[in-house]
Amino acid sequence: MASFFDLKARKEAAATNGSSKSAPAAKETNRMQPWVEKYRPKNLSDVTAQDHTITVLQRTLQSSNLPHMLFYGPPGTGKTSTVLALAKELYGPELMKTRVLELNASDERGISIVREKVKNFARMQLAQPTAAQRAQYPCPPYKIIILDEADSMTQDAQSALRRTMETYSKITRFCLICNYVTRIIDPLASRCSKFRFKSLDQGNARARVEDIARKEGVRLEDGAADMLIKCSEGDLRKAITFLQSAARLVGAVGDDGEEEEDKMDVDEKEEKLVTVKSVEDIAGVIPDATIEGLVQAMRPKSRGLVYEAVSKQVTDMVADGWSATQVITQLFPAIIYDEAIADNQKNKITLIFSEADKRLVDGSDEHLTILDSALRISGILAGA
Amino acid sequence: MALLVDKHRPRSLDQLTYHKDLSERLRSLAQSGDFPHLLVYGPSGAGKKTRIICTLKTLFGPGVEKIKIDSRVFQTTSNRKLEFNIVSSIYHLEITPSDVGNYDRVVVQDLLKEVAQTQQVDANARQRFKVVVINEADSLSRDAQAALRRTMEKYSPNLRLILLANSTANIIAPIRSRTLLVRVAAPTEEEIVDVLERSGRKEGWKGERGLNERIARESGRNLRRALLMFEAVHAQNEKITPQTPLPPPDWEALLGTIASEILAEHSPAQILKIRAKLYDLLTHCIPATTILKTLTFKLIPLVDDQVKAEIVKWAAFYEHRVRMGTKVIFHLEAFVAKVMRVLEEWDMSMDF
Ligand SMILES: Nc1ncnc2c1ncn2[C@@H]1O[C@H](COP(=O)(O)OP(=O)(O)OP(=O)(O)O)[C@@H](O)[C@H]1O
Ligand SMILES: [Mg+2]
Repeated sequence: MASFFDLKARKEAAATNGSSKSAPAAKETNRMQPWVEKYRPKNLSDVTAQDHTITVLQRTLQSSNLPHMLFYGPPGTGKTSTVLALAKELYGPELMKTRVLELNASDERGISIVREKVKNFARMQLAQPTAAQRAQYPCPPYKIIILDEADSMTQDAQSALRRTMETYSKITRFCLICNYVTRIIDPLASRCSKFRFKSLDQGNARARVEDIARKEGVRLEDGAADMLIKCSEGDLRKAITFLQSAARLVGAVGDDGEEEEDKMDVDEKEEKLVTVKSVEDIAGVIPDATIEGLVQAMRPKSRGLVYEAVSKQVTDMVADGWSATQVITQLFPAIIYDEAIADNQKNKITLIFSEADKRLVDGSDEHLTILDSALRISGILAGA
Repeated sequence: MALLVDKHRPRSLDQLTYHKDLSERLRSLAQSGDFPHLLVYGPSGAGKKTRIICTLKTLFGPGVEKIKIDSRVFQTTSNRKLEFNIVSSIYHLEITPSDVGNYDRVVVQDLLKEVAQTQQVDANARQRFKVVVINEADSLSRDAQAALRRTMEKYSPNLRLILLANSTANIIAPIRSRTLLVRVAAPTEEEIVDVLERSGRKEGWKGERGLNERIARESGRNLRRALLMFEAVHAQNEKITPQTPLPPPDWEALLGTIASEILAEHSPAQILKIRAKLYDLLTHCIPATTILKTLTFKLIPLVDDQVKAEIVKWAAFYEHRVRMGTKVIFHLEAFVAKVMRVLEEWDMSMDF
């Protein structure tokens, strides 16, 4: 058997594999694709919920004049998809290969690379489009350098970009992408038009998810779509992953126990019902009863009993693996929207949540942090 | 001689005795052909790794069990050479990037791209992709995590990741967005008793339910710890009864002593005495957080109900400092001093 790292053997094997059954392989690839990739927007109009950004970009597409750009926003809101779609609409799939350089956090992007690789690409003469390409795509006379996940570039590397950006701006445009706009140094940010990608709003995200479910032949129980959207907090990638996993979960379980390999192909188009419960399971939501158990334990009791009750609940939650952040996230509304708790108590309690969040982000021990927060909240409820 | 934890480790999803519904869920994912990236999290000793190896077997068949260990050398940008071990079968590989500390980004960048850009060797493999299992993913640096992002998307036809972590807290949001989160709860005490009984039967040991129940309770729902205790008790005693004592590990016993010392006398001299013991624990590589937590939970049963919350409060406070600071001994000692102070004030208030 060939060694894992024996590249030659692997290439040969891959080659024989490819030639002998290339036709079925292509079909299979499609089936095996994660839905997030399968349904990645193919062109600009396919991108949902970022109307403003898309309108502006489509306009520049017509005028063929692009500024340097900075895309920023939370994960899974369409930043990478948008820039890839834009590049494709500008150049078409072929010319794109020579006109677009994509560098992301998985590429070495230290200062020396910025000086060498980026600069070399930036100053390279433009490859000319063929007549056919020109007929089909705008093919504007500049290249695009995409620096995806730019928040992970060092300040020095970013500074090194400044000159390159200016010197070659006639034939090269930059597109920087990040989650936190504050991680991009000012001199760079100020050279770019900024596009904010919003966290996806309920309606749009929901429509997209329902659309995918329909195409995949997955039926959603009443409320399941809402739960998907609620659990994914505006992150469409998360929503789609949840949907696919929930579909798998219900798809396979319904079949009382037969486990032949090929069964999956057959029921591919069969209708499955994704339930609210299955979505909750997949998304790692803590059941209401568990949170309620903790809240009950925190309520004032006769002397001494509180510690025992709270500590038992917390120990169980930790052993059950609930993440502390999730506990805090769900405990907060349970307490803040409780009408029976006085406002001045709520004010004090808010401070405890703030402290807990900070500590968890700093990597403090989850067990101690939750136990401490719960006991302190309990102390406030008891009027201490 | 192999330890029980290894010897009786389940090797397929249907041999897993607890969390049956989770096993089913993993099975349906593994058989669906569009297996997602996973982030598997849960407390230590809950059986995450075992469960994942079983899942891999469902994905690829018995070939995943034929593993070998390679040593690879990576070069950093500053031309430093890093040596690094990789466990692999022809279908998957397993890495522990925290072994290389701050250079984990280099390993992640190079290794994953290499895997991603080459196709499955075995033409008859059940899956086109290979799986990379990353142990202790919560200790990956932020840069290393960032380096995973686009790789996970771009190479998804050839590559799936399974990240193993104790908690999701230190995993950056873009990675959480790209993975399906799988929570593995620790087994309950009854489930642990059940595992102990099965193991005991395989060894031909006479089962003592009472003893097994005590082990399960002592283990704090950590199955690995329970099995180690179970094996030790049988190795150390000719005859097992429900009452056979379960000696705690040395370091835990030492923390028990420290707790009693804190209670016995509140003075600078006493702190000095305790400091020596704390140093002792630290030089034996017991993590400061473990020391602080264990000490706290040894103190709690010994003190009055009224001060329990106060002690937890300071434990959480100093644990945070341990995390943020560099000299852990300062914070451990400060905690000891603080507890003495709290207890002293409590004693005084009782005198009036
Ligand atoms: N606005 C959107 N319209 C349609 N699909 C979207 C949109 N946003 C996200 N998606 C879906 O989520 C997946 C990931 O989106 P994308 O890679 O563009 O996110 P991103 O903003 O680059 O996130 P990150 O900050 O994590 O890199 C896409 O493949 C697509 O399936
Ligand atoms: Mg992206």
